[in-house]
Amino acid sequence: MSLEVPEGSLTALLGPSGGGKSTLLRIIAGLEVPDTGSVEIDGEDVTAVPVRDRGIGFCFQHYAPFRHLTVRRNVAFGLEVRRRPKAEVRARVDELLELVRIDHLADRYPSQLSGGQRQRMALARALAIEPRVLLLDEPFGALDAQVRQQLRAWLRELHERISVTTVLVTHDQEEAMEVADRLVIINEGRLEQIGAPSAMYDRPVNEFVLKFLGPATLWEGRWVRPHDLVVHRDPELNGERATVERVTHLGFEIRVDLHLASGALVWAQLSRGSAAELELGPGDEVWVALAESAESPESAKAAGSSVGNEPTAVRAALGR
Amino acid sequence: MTSGWRWPIRVAAFGYLALLVVIPVASVFYRAFEHGFAAAWDAVTTPDALHALWLTMLVVLIAVPLDTVFGVGVALILARHRFPGSWLLDALVDIPLAISPVVIGLSLILVYGRSGWFGDWLAAHGIQVIFSLPGIVMASAAVALPYVVREVLPVLQEIGTEQEQAAATLGAGPLTTFRRITLPSIRRSLSYGVTLTTARVLGEFGAVVIVSGAIAGRTQTLTLFIQDGIENLNPTGAYAGAVILAMLALLVLLVLGSDPERRKRRWPSASETSPSGSETPSRSTM
Repeated sequence: MSLEVPEGSLTALLGPSGGGKSTLLRIIAGLEVPDTGSVEIDGEDVTAVPVRDRGIGFCFQHYAPFRHLTVRRNVAFGLEVRRRPKAEVRARVDELLELVRIDHLADRYPSQLSGGQRQRMALARALAIEPRVLLLDEPFGALDAQVRQQLRAWLRELHERISVTTVLVTHDQEEAMEVADRLVIINEGRLEQIGAPSAMYDRPVNEFVLKFLGPATLWEGRWVRPHDLVVHRDPELNGERATVERVTHLGFEIRVDLHLASGALVWAQLSRGSAAELELGPGDEVWVALAESAESPESAKAAGSSVGNEPTAVRAALGR
Repeated sequence: MTSGWRWPIRVAAFGYLALLVVIPVASVFYRAFEHGFAAAWDAVTTPDALHALWLTMLVVLIAVPLDTVFGVGVALILARHRFPGSWLLDALVDIPLAISPVVIGLSLILVYGRSGWFGDWLAAHGIQVIFSLPGIVMASAAVALPYVVREVLPVLQEIGTEQEQAAATLGAGPLTTFRRITLPSIRRSLSYGVTLTTARVLGEFGAVVIVSGAIAGRTQTLTLFIQDGIENLNPTGAYAGAVILAMLALLVLLVLGSDPERRKRRWPSASETSPSGSETPSRSTM
């Protein structure tokens, strides 16, 4: 496995649980030692460098707050360990607490904070040492849905402001697509594909990536996106005959389950407007075709996973 | 439980404590001052009594730090590393709880006594362990050995290693991490372990009586002084010595056992174990 993280990017390591994403993150941090291979940060080989000298900021899934220290002292820890002058520490901590919007909680203990506030504290603590790379292990995993939504947007905004190279681990594809500008799909210890979220959604290199990044349905022996299927009522046009089994309204999107004349079952995703136009109901006879804009995994392979021109911040080359 | 049972149970609990502890200890205080405060004072300010008090303090000052350092070290090893034979170390720590102090005293004599395994070597180097201070310290340290380990180990296992790893990512070395993260996390349990260790060393009799020889004015600790007083018709000395021992133990409980954290942190920490995702609405909106 070989991974390169461009400088200033917000890269998400995405994949099913137990696929090795967290292990990869911990190897980059130095919390775990790879059997073989090397890790480079800013072009420097850090494979043999202990965690404390790697200059990384790490946020643990459960934040690992220092329970006996106040929020202020938690954030100050890295600077105090570096024996920075008191006034400088104070100023920097104030600045960070303001940045993550918990300055009004500075004198509380972690046990008095909500999950989201602890998350922000952990982030401020990691940022205090001005890390070369910020590593986040399932940053929103322990939060409830609403807070998670807010924090995603906030993290995105924060990254735009401080632009530190960030790698985060998540098993939630929606979260990864929303937050990251680069996705790395990892499955069973293998790196499946690297690229921009939209490019990967449209041009997955294989079935696994396609199915992992979004809905998929089997069409003529291969997996396609259900919104790439066109449903119409005109026998003159190109298409395979099918019977509508069920129409499900999911807000803006309409899911149509279809029984093809060939006997296969597929489902198509239509917008509310086009579904209303067709006036679909169970038992209706319709025609289904694949949109011409749909791309196949094969065409993506030819395109390859493009890597930008930014300098590389992290390079991990690991054996198995 | 019906409220009809509440009072009988309370009375029973207090009654049990009273019969076993409160009344006997109170009667010791009564007997100590039976002939007036002056008599009691005189009995515990004889050279032998003062020496016994001093020797007891000296043993506490040596044995308790030894057990504390060893206890924290073993607890760290057992909590952080699984290695072949770690179960054996775990089990060995409990031996002093399982076997009689008298047996521990005897076993020390077998190893370090004049005719023991190391007897010749020790004698050749002019070191006297048995019937002397080193033996008393070893016996006391041996019987009180499990307390710090047993108090600290579960806390170390519960807090896990994430905070220590976080400290490392922030640039802290192993010593700094121990001093600033691990030690404060185990402080409460450690101070309780030290309290128990101190109390045990203060009151130890069985192991010490075997290895010390109980020579008045030389190897007699406070507990041995009390025993001596009972045997040699000096009851006032025995009771007054017992009062001092009790006061010392009480002092240890009050000083070491008190928890400054409890007073400092008035906020509840119940939410610590169950991170709730609820944000304060005022500042969390984007």
